[in-house]
Amino acid sequence: MATTAETLPIPEGQSADHGHDADHKPGFFARWFMSTNHKDIGTLYLIFAIFAGIIGGAISGIMRMELAAPGIQYLGWWVDFMGGEASFDANLHMWNVLITAHGLIMVFFMVMPAMIGGFGNWFVPLMIGAPDMAFPRMNNISFWLTVAGFMSLMFSMFVPGSAAGLGAGTGWTVYAPLSTTYANGPAVDFAIFSLHLAGAGSILGATNFITTIFNMRAPGMTLHKMPLFVWSVLVTAFLLLLALPVLAAAITMLLTDRNFDTTFFDGSRGGDPVLYQHLFWFFGHPEVYIMILPGFGMVSQIVATFSRKPVFGYLGMAYAMVAIGVVGFIVWAHHMYTVGLDVNTKMYFTAATMVIAVPTGVKIFSWIATMWGGSLEFKSPLVWSLGFIFLFTVGGVTGVVLANGGIDDNLHDTYYVVAHFHYVLSMGAVFSLFAGFYYWFPKMSGRMHSEFLSHLHFWTFFVGVNVIFFPQHFLGIQGMPRRYPDYTAAYEYWNQISSMGYMIMAGSMLIFFVNLIYAYTMGKKAADNPWGEGATTLEWTLSSPPPFHQFETLPVIDDNADYHDHRPASA
Amino acid sequence: MAGTKNHDYHILEPDIWPLIGSISALTFTTGMVFYMNEMANAHLVLGLGIAGLIATFFSWFANIVREAEGGDHTPVVQLHMRYGMILFIASEVMFFVGWFWSWFDFSLFPQPIEIIDGQTISMFGESGAAAITQFPHKGIEVLDAFDLPLLNTLILLCSGTTVTWAHHSLIHGDREGLKKGLWATILLGLVFTAVQAYEYDHAPFAFGGNPYSSAFYMATGFHGFHVLVGTIFLIVCLFRTYKGHFTPRQHFGFEAAAWYWHFVDVVWLFLFVAIYVWGGWGAPVYAG
Repeated sequence: MATTAETLPIPEGQSADHGHDADHKPGFFARWFMSTNHKDIGTLYLIFAIFAGIIGGAISGIMRMELAAPGIQYLGWWVDFMGGEASFDANLHMWNVLITAHGLIMVFFMVMPAMIGGFGNWFVPLMIGAPDMAFPRMNNISFWLTVAGFMSLMFSMFVPGSAAGLGAGTGWTVYAPLSTTYANGPAVDFAIFSLHLAGAGSILGATNFITTIFNMRAPGMTLHKMPLFVWSVLVTAFLLLLALPVLAAAITMLLTDRNFDTTFFDGSRGGDPVLYQHLFWFFGHPEVYIMILPGFGMVSQIVATFSRKPVFGYLGMAYAMVAIGVVGFIVWAHHMYTVGLDVNTKMYFTAATMVIAVPTGVKIFSWIATMWGGSLEFKSPLVWSLGFIFLFTVGGVTGVVLANGGIDDNLHDTYYVVAHFHYVLSMGAVFSLFAGFYYWFPKMSGRMHSEFLSHLHFWTFFVGVNVIFFPQHFLGIQGMPRRYPDYTAAYEYWNQISSMGYMIMAGSMLIFFVNLIYAYTMGKKAADNPWGEGATTLEWTLSSPPPFHQFETLPVIDDNADYHDHRPASA
Repeated sequence: MAGTKNHDYHILEPDIWPLIGSISALTFTTGMVFYMNEMANAHLVLGLGIAGLIATFFSWFANIVREAEGGDHTPVVQLHMRYGMILFIASEVMFFVGWFWSWFDFSLFPQPIEIIDGQTISMFGESGAAAITQFPHKGIEVLDAFDLPLLNTLILLCSGTTVTWAHHSLIHGDREGLKKGLWATILLGLVFTAVQAYEYDHAPFAFGGNPYSSAFYMATGFHGFHVLVGTIFLIVCLFRTYKGHFTPRQHFGFEAAAWYWHFVDVVWLFLFVAIYVWGGWGAPVYAG
């Protein structure tokens, strides 16, 4: 194995005198702006996702402060801040812009870049024993298109969106006619193109991942020996490939309705606004699995590693993800129960949606069975994974509630829905992201983070997000609607609690950044495998950080090797 | 050991075009926003974006061709390209699913509207609505499916055989046959585009204004755009043929163009059946 090249504790800025070995790095501009290296592109994605997450998180802070008490409190100030003139309409439009930006940023520019672009890019090639991705140049344009999409979204916040002010106030779903008839300015066009650009980047990325996984596995690594994280990215890539083009078509129809006099969604001229919802959610539902499946994969790796046991029911775990991916394409209209679907349609979508609970249950129980009888070591990645399993299950259970067409008639567009999808996303997806981050940070940086700070981060974050979102279930059942900046005094108590939770969560994020600073300044050098016997996938056979080009001689997976242990027999 | 590549994968040097391509894409979309909202400098920004995109595509594919000719495309790298192209076409199929979805939504669940002198009048919720609930909408005259659209169908089917002729010749080392087949395919593609342009120009219904012509023009228009892209792809293959590229064993650039051409052909067959024949069934036919 030509894999243990010299370890450089400080990866940046050292480019010159290394000769032509595997660690030869290009100069700064070439390395970070012209990259064809999957690890560097993964790093770029992670930095970008953290940056976007800070913006998206700050926006949710503005929202939680506004919602801390009844009445319009700060929106006028923000309208003034943006150079507008505060008025009732302008304030409410500002609110719509905030919720839109928060949703789009968190979905397209935080979770997806971090999971697929960041961890997918970094670890899919490493885990399958490949030297890089199949299409290294295309990998780079996937990243820069994501940045371009983000910039287009930022532009949209500074140009007129509707008569009421700047920015696109359409919600992340960009429903017509709110995004067509009632939004005349260029802001919504910028937001739509933001999705086009980010979507094009994701489609190219999906093509790259599928090709890499199918064609570049190390000799002997059959599909049924592949790590579950790689399985999860494979399924995710297929969802991206098949779902995003439908969104592209839908938002192109929005563009032509807005600007070229088509009437796709114009109900006054024979068009059908509900058609937009069908097209959007045909993409949108696979999208929610796109955001969670890589998390499933990471949690599977982590739980097995820190239980020192192979994952329970490997094939079941792999095909559960395939099943979730397939069924995820035929449940979309459960987002649309209140648009006037007929009863039979609602019955179908209720039943189909509940079917997804079966493979999801397979996963939850298999994680628990993996830990059963294992020698558990409660390192930070495992703690975050346990948090994931617990909180994602809560979100899954409220999902089963919402899957019922009849119950959803009451709960649709209430805070119950908000609580549900934040449990699966800002607790499911985000917890798995932090689990993956703490799991792989030593491998990526060559430095150890502080276990104490990581645990402190976990517990404060755990308390914070639960205080934010658990009360929102109560608000939803009481009938508080989504997407309003104001509410009656009856909803004040739990909203206040929820906003306090935000402060805890924000403080918790400071611990995360302190931990990063600690790792880079005082952190111990990471060993090749800091996690011990349980870490059996190929990335742990490399140095930390890995050489610039790894696996210049491909590793060979023993024919007799099990699905969970890919280390060469000699190691 | 370190520094020696002992595998057949293609490890690339850093490259500036992904960054330029992304900046150009953002410039293009920004220019589109300026243009659609009649803002200042729209044409300048749009033009810069398009120029940047064309430069990116040109340089990018020129690099790929150079690498292919330089021997970087080992069998496994060629396999990557095959997977990449198939997956790209799969995503394109899903893009057209979106347009067909809108078409079938409008045709299977029509709203009560009538087109009078190009104006769309909605009778939604009014008495007499049932009488005009039909698709194509009352007041729409459709194109005769068995006139120019049928001709175009035959043209595309014929071009499918000529591209296979070219492929067959290539595999058997017949360079003249390859050139003839490609020339024929490209010409048929251009004729198709010309016929479509003529038909758009003479169609009895304008772009937009009602669901029928919105879905008709966007679906057939995006198909037309893909024909154009496919034709350019084939023209590139023709240039490469004259430059002596492609061998009987290695010619994936040609195959990708052929696959793409067949994909465009199949989309047209669905358009022809669903939009021109079935979609226009029973509606008054425009006499020309």
